Amino acid sequence: MTRILGEPILSVDNISLAFGGVKALANVSFHVREHEILAIIGPNGAGKSSMLNVINGVYRPQVGEIRFRDRAWKRMVPYEAARLGIARTFQNIALFKGMSVLDNIMTGRNLKMRSGLIRQALYWGPNLREEIEHREKVEHIIDFLQIEHVRKTPVGRLPYGLQKRVELARALAAEPTLLLLDEPMAGMNVEEKQDMSRFVLDVNEEFGTTIVLIEHDMGVVMDISDRVVVLDYGRKIGDGTPDEIRANPEVIAAYLGVAH
Amino acid sequence: MSQSGTGRTPGTDTFPRLLLEHARRRPDRVAMREKDLGIWQSWTWREVADEVRWLACGLAARGFRRGMNLGIVGDNRPRLYWGFAAAQALGGVPGPIYQDSIAQEMLYVLENAEIGFALVEDQEQVDKLLELLPQAPGLKHIIYDDPRGLRNYNEPQLLPYEELREIGREYDEAHPDFFEREVLAGGADDICVILYTSGTTSKPKGVCHTHASFLAAARGDVAFDRFDERDSVLSYLPMAWIGDHLFSYAQALVAGFTVNCPESSETVMTDMREIGPTYYFAPPRVFENLLTQVMIRIEDASALKRWLFHRFMAVARRCGPDLMDGRPVGLADRLLYALGDSLVYGPLRNVLGMSRIRVAYTGGAAIGPDLYRFYRSIGINLKQLYGQTETAVYVCKQPNGEAKIDSVGKPLPGVEIRIADNGEIWVKTPGMLKEYYKRPDATAESISPDGYFMTGDAGFLDDDGHLKIIDRAKDVGKLRDGTLFAPQFLENKLKFFPFIKEAVCFGDGRDKVCAFINIDVQAVGNWAEKRGLAYAGYVDLAAKPEVYELIHDCVRKVNEDLATESHLAGSQIARFLVLHKELDADDDELTRTRKVRRGFIAEKYRPLVEALYDGSTRCAIETQVRFEDGRAGVVRADVHIDDVRTGAPQRKAA
Repeated sequence: MTRILGEPILSVDNISLAFGGVKALANVSFHVREHEILAIIGPNGAGKSSMLNVINGVYRPQVGEIRFRDRAWKRMVPYEAARLGIARTFQNIALFKGMSVLDNIMTGRNLKMRSGLIRQALYWGPNLREEIEHREKVEHIIDFLQIEHVRKTPVGRLPYGLQKRVELARALAAEPTLLLLDEPMAGMNVEEKQDMSRFVLDVNEEFGTTIVLIEHDMGVVMDISDRVVVLDYGRKIGDGTPDEIRANPEVIAAYLGVAH
Repeated sequence: MSQSGTGRTPGTDTFPRLLLEHARRRPDRVAMREKDLGIWQSWTWREVADEVRWLACGLAARGFRRGMNLGIVGDNRPRLYWGFAAAQALGGVPGPIYQDSIAQEMLYVLENAEIGFALVEDQEQVDKLLELLPQAPGLKHIIYDDPRGLRNYNEPQLLPYEELREIGREYDEAHPDFFEREVLAGGADDICVILYTSGTTSKPKGVCHTHASFLAAARGDVAFDRFDERDSVLSYLPMAWIGDHLFSYAQALVAGFTVNCPESSETVMTDMREIGPTYYFAPPRVFENLLTQVMIRIEDASALKRWLFHRFMAVARRCGPDLMDGRPVGLADRLLYALGDSLVYGPLRNVLGMSRIRVAYTGGAAIGPDLYRFYRSIGINLKQLYGQTETAVYVCKQPNGEAKIDSVGKPLPGVEIRIADNGEIWVKTPGMLKEYYKRPDATAESISPDGYFMTGDAGFLDDDGHLKIIDRAKDVGKLRDGTLFAPQFLENKLKFFPFIKEAVCFGDGRDKVCAFINIDVQAVGNWAEKRGLAYAGYVDLAAKPEVYELIHDCVRKVNEDLATESHLAGSQIARFLVLHKELDADDDELTRTRKVRRGFIAEKYRPLVEALYDGSTRCAIETQVRFEDGRAGVVRADVHIDDVRTGAPQRKAA
């Protein structure tokens, strides 16, 4: 089972981000290669989520540049990021609780729809055909993530682990080239974590999606990622394969804990 | 239809010939459906015949020959069913394997049946087979249906179904007569399937049936309940189980009815509601689970709905079974029942997906009387049947209108039953197995010289000619004072309570009956939540004093019930404990068909059994468990033991 990693698809150069006097990120640079699974780790407040927010344009860095597929931005804009094929999930699930799983995932297709609000409301002719096409795409994702049994269930009634999976499904519905996962396994039990790891790997393998994920469970990180970037107080202190990171003294001191 | 060469018409005496016959007689009727991507996809008989033809040709092109065995592993998928017909068309033998088997169990079948070709559902099964390759080097071809996750596998044995199908189409074009010639070359006395028995006691045995025996059984079944092409079934039971093979394959091919494959094992309830099958077959456990789910939801319903439900269920209990059997019922009750039907029973049948059920069967284990009455009282024609893998489940069935709770029905046409001196039931049936695969010794042990199959069950024929089963012949024992002890009978009584998932009774050669109980986490968990009782998981829940009280009540009720049955009153349950671990097939405590392996359990939990009989009230124990991913772990618990009052024998109130 070998995957071929491509050229860097995303690089962040010298990113610095400050909120007033608080420096969230300081001169952070790294790149992600196509088809790669990159993990960002670090203690609480290290700037991991801020980094994701910079990549998809929620935060505006004061310094630095983002390059995505050979184009450079001083700052990304969220809708532009989405259109370019960057999708994400959130640390705190951000789904429409009252809507069914199916409808939630359908919202992930919105950018791909040609018809506007009025035409979508008319369930007729080309609009009908378009909706059927999108529904089919969504059904493939439902099948892929094995959530057929809750297709029509309102998201609010699902257990936490399944909601996380639905959020992943919605992100996948946008057919992203780059997927940002903010703590996809937080709060899960061992079995749910195993399932989620499997799905992340499957997504990467089946669709070739490049994945950047933030995760606290070191077992998971070391198992599924090709490369790990370590942040501490907004600085990058490590970048390498899981084995290299395990052996990096600075990382051990700052994060994994010093063995006594 | 080509009649080249031999000049024979295909006829209907083998399964592939039956398939061709349906494709000729009702080409455009729907033969199969499968819910895929949220939509029911369907295949007509003609399309199924084509698919089977290409699959067979593809297998042949890859070297599958007459006399070879095709392993089939997975959930109920149309393509896997076509695998049966394709293997049979080529004169090979399909051998389905339980999809939840662990790798070691699979290895036994792979070696025993010398499987060189396997048709499997998905990555899960592919992974298991690949893991076994070093031990089963004979396995040269693994064909998989669902390519999900298999993109980067490059083992030379692997071949996607789609590709094999294309190979088959090309082969068919190059050899247009090949398929018909192969189908004509087969005979009714060829072996049509090998089904492995669950092995309650020892290694599984491969039961070999011929086309003739299996078809005779299926034809008998179809005639008995007058099934035809308008019927439809939902196939959701393991394909390796005789019940599913008979019902979703053999009977479907005889009657020409539609087989519907659910989307996934988790969606069966929804799919059943959408399809509305007319014919349904399930082991008692499934009926039990359905009822438990319904009861849980009723408990959560509003007060008015609960009142309506209980009010009308009382009516249904009073006159429902009589109405079903066509016995006289008073006008007032008839009217009340009709009202109940529109307010409660109808909607309930709808929720269960049983609105269109004409005939429902249960078998494989005894069904709780209350459970049985429940379904019949709400207008579902649930009947019992009796049979084994070895007899193609063609022994006894309850005729319409003659449903007795404690009988498994009357012998079917062509069946002869003899009760041996030790009470064991011997059967001669048209659906008799040919042999156990490669086990002439076992074959000789199971079939008497004059051709009866020795079932191993103890029972008797009553005055109306109905067969009644007491227990496994070898399990029926005696307490020290000589009282009859039928463990399964007791366990079934306990298991009828929704709170009790599994029970194991001990008592043979001892002075009293004691029991292990497994609580049903779903039902008891719900009960606990309602009472604001916090718990961390099964082990914690099982040890709660409140749960012990709950189970104590159940056991007491069983004892009260037993006290009214003269010959079993002495075997009331004196002590019990709630086991700290759920019995699991992965730990060999249950068979794959979820029957308890009493002997194995007694050995594994010996300290607990001893504690039950030496009067102690607590016992500390450590137990090895195997997790789903194959890792092993240890569960430690301090198990409490509870005494139950046993009553004096009473006469049943009339």
